[in-house]
Amino acid sequence: MQREHNNTSPLEGKVGLGAAEPGEGLHLSGQANPSPGSLRESDLPPAGGGSAVASFINIGERTNVTGSAVFKKLILAGDYTAAVEVARQQVENGAQIIDVNMDEGLLDSETAMVTFLKLIAAEPDIARVPVMVDSSKWSIIEAGLKCIAGKGIVNSISLKEGEAQFLEQARKVMHYGAAAVVMAFDEKGQADTAQRKVEICERAYKLLTGIGFEPADIIFDPNIFAVATGIEEHNNYGVDFIEATAEIRRRCPHAHISGGVSNLSFSFRGNEPVRRAMHSVFLLHAIRAGMDMGIVNAGQLDVYDAIDPELREACEDVVLNRRADATDRLLAIADKFKGDGKLAEKATDEWRFLPVNKRLEHALVKGLDAFVVEDTEEARLVALNSGGRPIDVIEGPLMDGMNVVGDLFGSGKMFLPQVVKSARVMKKAVAHLLPHIEAEKTEGSSSKGKIIMATVKGDVHDIGKNIVGVVLQCNNFEVVDLGVMVPFQTILKAANDEGADMIGLSGLITPSLDEMVTVAAEMQRAGMTMPLLIGGATTSRVHTALRIAPAYSGPVIHVLDASRAVGVAGTMVSDTLKDDLVAATAREYEDIRIKRANNAQSVLATLDAARANAFVPDFATHPPVRPAFTGVQTVDDVTVADLIPYIDWTPFFQAWELAGNYPAILTDAVVGESATALFADAQTMLGEIVAEGWLRPRGVVAIWPAKREGDDVVLFDGDNRAEVIARLPFLRQQIAKREGRANSCLADFVSPEADWLGGFAVTAGDGIEPHLARFKAANDDYQDILLKALADRLAEAFAEYLHERVRRSLWGYETGPQQTNAELIREQYKGIRPAPGYPACPEHSLKAQLFELMAVTDRTGISLTESFAMLPTASVSGFYFAHPESHYFGVARVGRDQLTDYAARRGVSVEQAETWLRPNLD
Amino acid sequence: MSVATRVRAAAAQRILVKDGPYGTAIQALGLTAADYRGSLDLPMDQKGNNDMLNLTRPDAIAGVCNQYIAAGSVILATNTFNANRISQADYGAEHLVGDINRAAARIIRQCVDAATAADGIDRFVCGSLGPTNKTLSLSPRVSDPGYREVDFDGVKAVYREQIDALVEGGVDIILIETVFDTLNAKAAAFAAMEAGEALGRELPIMLSMTLTDLSGRNLSGQTVEAFWHSIRHVKPLSVGLNCSFGATELRPHVVALARAADTLIQVYPNAGLPNELGAYDEAPDTTGGLVGDWAREGLINMIGGCCGTTPAHIAAMAKAVAAYPPRVVPAPAPALRLSGLEAFSFAA
Repeated sequence: MQREHNNTSPLEGKVGLGAAEPGEGLHLSGQANPSPGSLRESDLPPAGGGSAVASFINIGERTNVTGSAVFKKLILAGDYTAAVEVARQQVENGAQIIDVNMDEGLLDSETAMVTFLKLIAAEPDIARVPVMVDSSKWSIIEAGLKCIAGKGIVNSISLKEGEAQFLEQARKVMHYGAAAVVMAFDEKGQADTAQRKVEICERAYKLLTGIGFEPADIIFDPNIFAVATGIEEHNNYGVDFIEATAEIRRRCPHAHISGGVSNLSFSFRGNEPVRRAMHSVFLLHAIRAGMDMGIVNAGQLDVYDAIDPELREACEDVVLNRRADATDRLLAIADKFKGDGKLAEKATDEWRFLPVNKRLEHALVKGLDAFVVEDTEEARLVALNSGGRPIDVIEGPLMDGMNVVGDLFGSGKMFLPQVVKSARVMKKAVAHLLPHIEAEKTEGSSSKGKIIMATVKGDVHDIGKNIVGVVLQCNNFEVVDLGVMVPFQTILKAANDEGADMIGLSGLITPSLDEMVTVAAEMQRAGMTMPLLIGGATTSRVHTALRIAPAYSGPVIHVLDASRAVGVAGTMVSDTLKDDLVAATAREYEDIRIKRANNAQSVLATLDAARANAFVPDFATHPPVRPAFTGVQTVDDVTVADLIPYIDWTPFFQAWELAGNYPAILTDAVVGESATALFADAQTMLGEIVAEGWLRPRGVVAIWPAKREGDDVVLFDGDNRAEVIARLPFLRQQIAKREGRANSCLADFVSPEADWLGGFAVTAGDGIEPHLARFKAANDDYQDILLKALADRLAEAFAEYLHERVRRSLWGYETGPQQTNAELIREQYKGIRPAPGYPACPEHSLKAQLFELMAVTDRTGISLTESFAMLPTASVSGFYFAHPESHYFGVARVGRDQLTDYAARRGVSVEQAETWLRPNLD
Repeated sequence: MSVATRVRAAAAQRILVKDGPYGTAIQALGLTAADYRGSLDLPMDQKGNNDMLNLTRPDAIAGVCNQYIAAGSVILATNTFNANRISQADYGAEHLVGDINRAAARIIRQCVDAATAADGIDRFVCGSLGPTNKTLSLSPRVSDPGYREVDFDGVKAVYREQIDALVEGGVDIILIETVFDTLNAKAAAFAAMEAGEALGRELPIMLSMTLTDLSGRNLSGQTVEAFWHSIRHVKPLSVGLNCSFGATELRPHVVALARAADTLIQVYPNAGLPNELGAYDEAPDTTGGLVGDWAREGLINMIGGCCGTTPAHIAAMAKAVAAYPPRVVPAPAPALRLSGLEAFSFAA
C-alpha cells in the first residue's frame, strides 16, 4: 500500500533492469522521465512547455473492467463517483495514459464508456493525461472517440475481419484524431510465431501508411502468450515475441510495440514472486528488443538484480526457451519462492537505530506502541543524567512528536484513525512517566487548557465524544471526561472543581438536544461564563443558534467534527483570538435567528387535511400476507460470524470521519491508505471477537395481528382481533404537499381490515464491557473506539439479518433468490423496518411501548434510559411493515393540532408530548 | 495550383496579413434594427445578429471587407462567426443558415476577386466557423458533470451544413476559429474533412484556438501544445491563436505554439485588454509594434486582428511585419504525440 501511494515513482528502482547491463538505462517510471539515449533534441518539449516525454509507456489497467475486479464491481453497481476516483488515483500514482475498458456482458458497455469518459473529462486532475479507448467492439470505440477532446489511443483494430474493414476503421481513427493499437491478428487468426507476427504487422503497416496514417501513431501488439504451460508448443512464445519485436521495429520505422505482460506467467497463478520474476526477466529482453509500451502493474515487477539468482536463472531459461526442461526446473523451485515478507520487516526495523527522541517521534507519528515504554524509559534516564526531570520527556520529545502529528492532521495529511493510534502511544508514554512525576511531586505538564467533556443525561453514545477527547489531548489539552449519561449538576460541579476553561457536550439522540438546552440554562443560572461547545450527530449550528445559545449568555459554539474541535478549543483559550471568534459566532447565530424568524416556515396542512391526503396502498393487488409465525420469539441462535457478511461498512468509516463509500474508500486517493489500515485493524479485531467470543448477539422478534385505526396501529392478541393488547400512535406528515404526493404516516401501510405488524430489538453489545474496561486500563482509545464502532455495525448487521429472516421465513412473504449484501444495503427488498427516533417515526417514547410488548429487557438485556436511549449502545429496535408499497419518509414538522391529538392518543399530557416532539415542533 | 499550395507559396515569401473583426467594424456603422431585419419576415428582433447582415446589408459587409483589403489584408474571412444552426436558434433564424453562408461567401469572394483583378495580388477567402455557444466537453449543469447539451454527431452535422453553404458560396479555406472547446473544433474539422471528401478535392483548414486564462489554457482546459496534438491529424494549413487577450499577454503562448507546430502559424490578437468600460483602446501603432516584435523573432506566418482592432490596426500590423521574413516551419522528428489537457510525446 505504501508503495502504491509513493508518488515519486512506483516502478523506478523496482525495475532496475538496466542495472544488469551498464549503459542500458531503462526507466519503467510512472513519471515523465526523459532518457537521453532514446530522444532527440527536437522531441524535447519547449522549456516550460509542460509536456511529458517518456521512454517506456506503462499503461494503467485499473479503469478496465476486464483487468480490475474492483473497477468492474463499481461500474456494475453504477458507482461512477468511486470509479472516477480510481482513475484519479491511477493518474496521481503516475499513470501516463489511462486505459478505459467497459467490455462486460452484464453492462451496456457503450453507455458505460461514454458516461465514464464524460465524467473524467470534468476532472482536470484526470483529464490531463491521454485516454486509451479500449474495446473489442468498434462501435464502443467510436462512441468513446466522440467524447475525448485530446488525442488518445484506440485499442484496438486488426486485420481479423479483412482489409476493407481494417482500413475503414483506420480512416475513422484518423478523422477523430487518435493513435491506434494494432493487434497481430489477421483473417487466419492470432499470430503465434515470430514469422506470423512480423508478417501481419508489416502488412498492416503498409496498409496504414498507404492511407496516410502517421507511422508514429501505430502501436503494434504482437501478442504475449503464456509460457511454461506444460504444452511444448508454448515454450517458444516468449522468444517469438522478443524476436518479432526486434524485426517489426526494423521493418516498420517509427511504429511502437506494446503488450500485456501478465499473460506470460499465467500458468504460475497464485505464485506472485515467480510471476514477478518472470515479468522482470521478460521485460528486460523485450525492451532491449524494442518494446516500448505495455500494460504492467507496479506490483507485478521485481528489481532484476534483487531476484534470487537461482530463480532468475530458471526464469531466463523459461522466457528465452534455453533448455528443454526449463519449465520443469522452474516448477521444481517455484514453491520455494512462494510467499513474501522479508523485505518489509527489514524496512520497519530500521527506525529502531535512530536516537531515542527521533524514535519517540517516529512511534508517535506511525502510531507504533510496541517499544514506547522502553523508549520512554530511556528518554527519562537521558533526561535524568543531564539534570532534567521526567516532565521534560513529556514537554520535550513527546510533545514535539505530538506537534508533528497535530500539524499533519491539521494539514489533512493524517486521518483520524492514525491520530487516535498516535494518542494511544502518547498515553502509554505518559502513563509510564506518571509515577515518576508523582514521586517528584511537581505539577503536571502545563496544558493549553482544561475541558470538561460529557455525553448528556439520558444519552449513552460516546464514540464521537471520545474521538474529540483524543484529538484535544493530542493537542495538549487536558480533558476531564465525565463519561455518559451525565446530569447537569455533575457537569457544573466538575467545571468549577477542576477550574475548567470550557465545557464540551455531546449527544447522539434527539432528546439530548433538549438536555443540552437544560445544561446551558443551568450554567446561566449558576452565573458561569466559560465557553460551552456543542457536538454530536444530531446537533447542528441551527439548533445551537436557535435553542442553546439563547439560554446561556456565555459563548456557545457548535463544533461540526473532531477536526474543528482543536481550532475552536485553541481559540477559546487564546487571549487574542477568543473575543473575535465569540463575537463572530454570536453574530452568525443572530443572523440565523433573524433569518429563521423572517423565513415564513413551510406551510403546514391541518391534521384533517393531511389525513384526507393519506397514502393509500393498493391492498387489492397486494393484500396482507398471513405470517407463518405470530407471537414473540427470542432470537439466540445467531453468532457474530453469521452477521459479518451483513455489515454495511460505509458508516463505519464515517464514524472515523473518513468520507467515502466502501469499498471505493479503500483505494481513495486521499484517505485510501488510512481507510485500508483501519479496515485491516477492524478485520483483525473482528477475528478476535469471533474466535474469543467477545460479543453475544441477542435479539427478540414479534409479529402481531393488527389493523389500522386512524393514525394508530392496533395490535391484537389473537387472530380474531378481539382482544386489544396495544395501540401504537404514529405521526403524520403535515408539510403541505404538491399534487399527487401523500401526507404519509406509518399507519397508512397497515390495512384497516386484517393485517399484521412486526417488532424487533437486537443487540451486539452483550459482553462488550470487560473489553472496553481492558482497553481503558491500557490507555488504548483506539481499540476502545474500534470495538464500539464494530459493535454498532454488528448490531445494524443483525437488524439486516433478522429482517431477512422475517421476510423469508417468520413472516415469509419474500421468495426468490437471496439478495447480495450490496442489494440489502440499498434496501432492494419489500417492506421496511423503521425505528423509533428516526425520521418516519421520530418520537422516541414508542421504544418504551415496543420494549414492554416484547419484554425486550428480559429477553435480550437491552434497557432504556430516561431519554429512551438503548443500553448497550450497540442495539437497534423498530417495527416491521410488510406491504410492498411501504417506504421510508420524514415526518418533519407537525402542527399544534397534531400535538394535541397525539398526546390524547398516546395517553399523556400535552406538556409531556411537547417535550417528546420538541424537534418536530420548531 | 491548389489553394493550399498557393497559400504556402505566398507564406514562404512573406508574413501574410489577415483581416480584422467584423463585430467591431459593424458596431461602428451604427445600424438600426430595421437594417438587420431588412425585408425578411422573422419572428424575433434581429438587432445584434451580425451574420444576418450578409443577407440584409451586403453593401455594409462588402464595405468592411474592402477596408481590410485596402489596409493590406490578403486573407479575408467571411462574416459568419455565428452563422450556424445552434447560434441562429437564438434569433429564430435557423432556416436561413444556408442562405446567410452562401451570401457571406459570395460577398467576400466578389471583393477579393475584384481587388486581385485590379492589382494581381493573390488573396484567399476563409469561411469562418465560430465555436457555437454549446460545448461538447463541459457540462452546463454544475451538479451533473456527465451531462452534455449537444453531442458530437449533432455538432458535426451543424458544421457540415455551414461548410457546404460556404463552399457553395465560393470560399477557399475553412477557418475554425475562437476554439474554446477542442472537441467542438474536432467535430468541425471532421465535418470539413468529410466535406472535402465529398467534393473530391482538398478543402484546406485553418484552426485558431482562444485562451481563457493567462496560464494559457482554453475553456476545456488544454494547453496550446495539447491543443496542437489534438488537432494535428487535421493536417491544417495553419494553426494559431486569436482573441484571448492583447498581443502582450498572448506572447508566451505564441512562442510555445510556434515551437510545437509543424505548420504555418497565424495569430490575430485583440487590441490589448478591454478597459473598465469594456472598450479596447490600444492604439494601432502599439499593436503594430508588438506584433512587429513577433515577426522579428520569427514566430509567425500570418497576422491579423480580433476584438477592438480596426483597419488602421491592420494597416499598422502590415507595415510592422513587412520587413521581416516569415517563420520557418520546423520539421520535428516522428513521435507519438498524444494529449489530454496536457501534451504527451513519445519518441518513435
